[in-house]
Amino acid sequence: MKRAAVRAVAAHPVLTFVLVFAIFPFVVPYKALATQVLIYGLFALGFNLLYGYTGLLSFGHAAYWGLGAYGTGLALAKLKLASLWGALGAGLVLAGVAGVLIGFFCLRRRGIYFAMLSLAFAQLLYFIAFHLADVTGGDDGLRGIQVPPLRLPGLTVPLESSLAFYYFAFALVTLALLVLKRILDSPFGAVLQAIRENSDRAVACGYDIRKIKLLSFVFSALFCGLAGGLDALRLAVVPVESLYWTTSGQVVIMTLLGGAGTFFGPFVGATAFLVLEDRLSTFTESWPLFIGLIFMAFVLFLPKGIWGTLLARLRS
Amino acid sequence: MGGHFGAPHLITALTAQLFTGLVLGMIFVLLAIGLSLIFGLMTVVNFSHGSFYMLGAYLGFALVGYTKSFWLALIVAPLLVGLLGLGVERFLIRPLYGRSIDDPLLLTFGLSAVIIEVVRLTWGKIGLSLDPPQALGGAVNLGFGMFPAYRLFVIVVTALVLVGLWLFLERTNVGLVIRGGSRDPLMVRALGVDLRRIWLIVFGIGSALAGLAGILAGPMRSVYAEMGVTTVIESFVVVVVGGMGSLPGAIVAGLLIGQVVSVTTFFAPKLAEINVFLVMALVLLLRPSGLFGEAGLME
Repeated sequence: MKRAAVRAVAAHPVLTFVLVFAIFPFVVPYKALATQVLIYGLFALGFNLLYGYTGLLSFGHAAYWGLGAYGTGLALAKLKLASLWGALGAGLVLAGVAGVLIGFFCLRRRGIYFAMLSLAFAQLLYFIAFHLADVTGGDDGLRGIQVPPLRLPGLTVPLESSLAFYYFAFALVTLALLVLKRILDSPFGAVLQAIRENSDRAVACGYDIRKIKLLSFVFSALFCGLAGGLDALRLAVVPVESLYWTTSGQVVIMTLLGGAGTFFGPFVGATAFLVLEDRLSTFTESWPLFIGLIFMAFVLFLPKGIWGTLLARLRS
Repeated sequence: MGGHFGAPHLITALTAQLFTGLVLGMIFVLLAIGLSLIFGLMTVVNFSHGSFYMLGAYLGFALVGYTKSFWLALIVAPLLVGLLGLGVERFLIRPLYGRSIDDPLLLTFGLSAVIIEVVRLTWGKIGLSLDPPQALGGAVNLGFGMFPAYRLFVIVVTALVLVGLWLFLERTNVGLVIRGGSRDPLMVRALGVDLRRIWLIVFGIGSALAGLAGILAGPMRSVYAEMGVTTVIESFVVVVVGGMGSLPGAIVAGLLIGQVVSVTTFFAPKLAEINVFLVMALVLLLRPSGLFGEAGLME
């Protein structure tokens, strides 16, 4: 019974996602949390492509999230773009270009160097956004974002209500999951996992792993940029902290809590993190202390995360 | 901008700025050497290094309060941070050997969040100020300008610590094993050396150096719970520029980055943090293994 269920979920991961998240806002305590889970889950999904599947630990994914948010936010607030798709596209372009440039530099070194270099570049962007207050709003954040209605052929939907926005995000995240599944099921996806397992052997098999890693980096940046753009729409403001190292840390924690290298891990982790943050912050200001301790315990004792451990238990 | 200064004033102001850069560089050197030693020997990046630095400053503040003696605090605070480092290596990092090299980084990332929150709970959210000892409160005339005595003291202390560390690594048996262990751990183990004890010692020394950097920097910069985070990132840039695992590299790069920060602060304050990263990008482009690094040695 259990095994049959696991097999069904494994065979149709995107369908499972759709079924769960179609009713998700009505299951969680309040609807805003559901939208947050979707968006942060997408962020973690992008990070997971690089860390969980390619084996590259980035400590600077705030860069792509933040650039996605600023790209979308600037297009709406400063360029007064009236198109939702154009605004999200601007965020994607910014995140993608940064992914190519930063990826090029970071991938010159591997292992632990890579983690710290990615962090350094993200901090560089943070300082730039902080000081370019004329454009980005600096410390006050980017304000004045008007969310245009969603325009599809023959259909215009205003996104003011939180439920409408949830289902808009839901549709985009489902699309992103389909793309991710396509990437992972392709020969390219198999090479990514080969690089994670043993990059020397992947080289010996004749793969140009530098190019493949860079591609994986850029795909990852694009997913995170989309998530950042959606978050700019959700909040109607881009705080400068979206580029700060704490944001990079958050996505690392979410992914590891849920289970790196698993398809649903990022969403499980985003839910766990956001619910924990919400509950803990109601009774203590020092909630990061508890999140830090829980995270340390996971690294030491449950490195596969919640979903990864569950899968391993069910399969054995 | 220095435009309204006359030429002699500009030179005086610039000399002062170069001097400030030297002091800042010394703090970077102390931090980078600890990071670099730990990485070179154990391939562990200690993200909580910045928290150890911050803890050095806070413990220094507390000890000055209890003992009324900056000198005692200057010795005891780094030792306490070193002890904490020993505990962290023994109980938190040791279980991770043999697993992915990312795991210690992840663990110490969590640890640094925990240390920051514990410090906030203990000393409050508002920053503190740590006063330099009275004997070092004044300024000294060096012939080409007046310089704060405390900053000169920081330069002297750091230089002495560096000489001591160099003698330890070059002239003692433990130092020999440390150098050997960072070059070829398998060979050193094959010779019957228990490297685990060496790792413990090196982690303790590196942490103590971070603590020392913290208490030394305390009277010059503001002391607050997050002070270590930006600093650890900058120190890591120093290690990348100098070459991972290279002590001369950490010293030269530390002094270089100190000057970069200080001189750009003088001419264009907004660019100070940004230029540090540009130097790093340049080095990565031209010499990916760092100024003193050997390609492929520690990847």
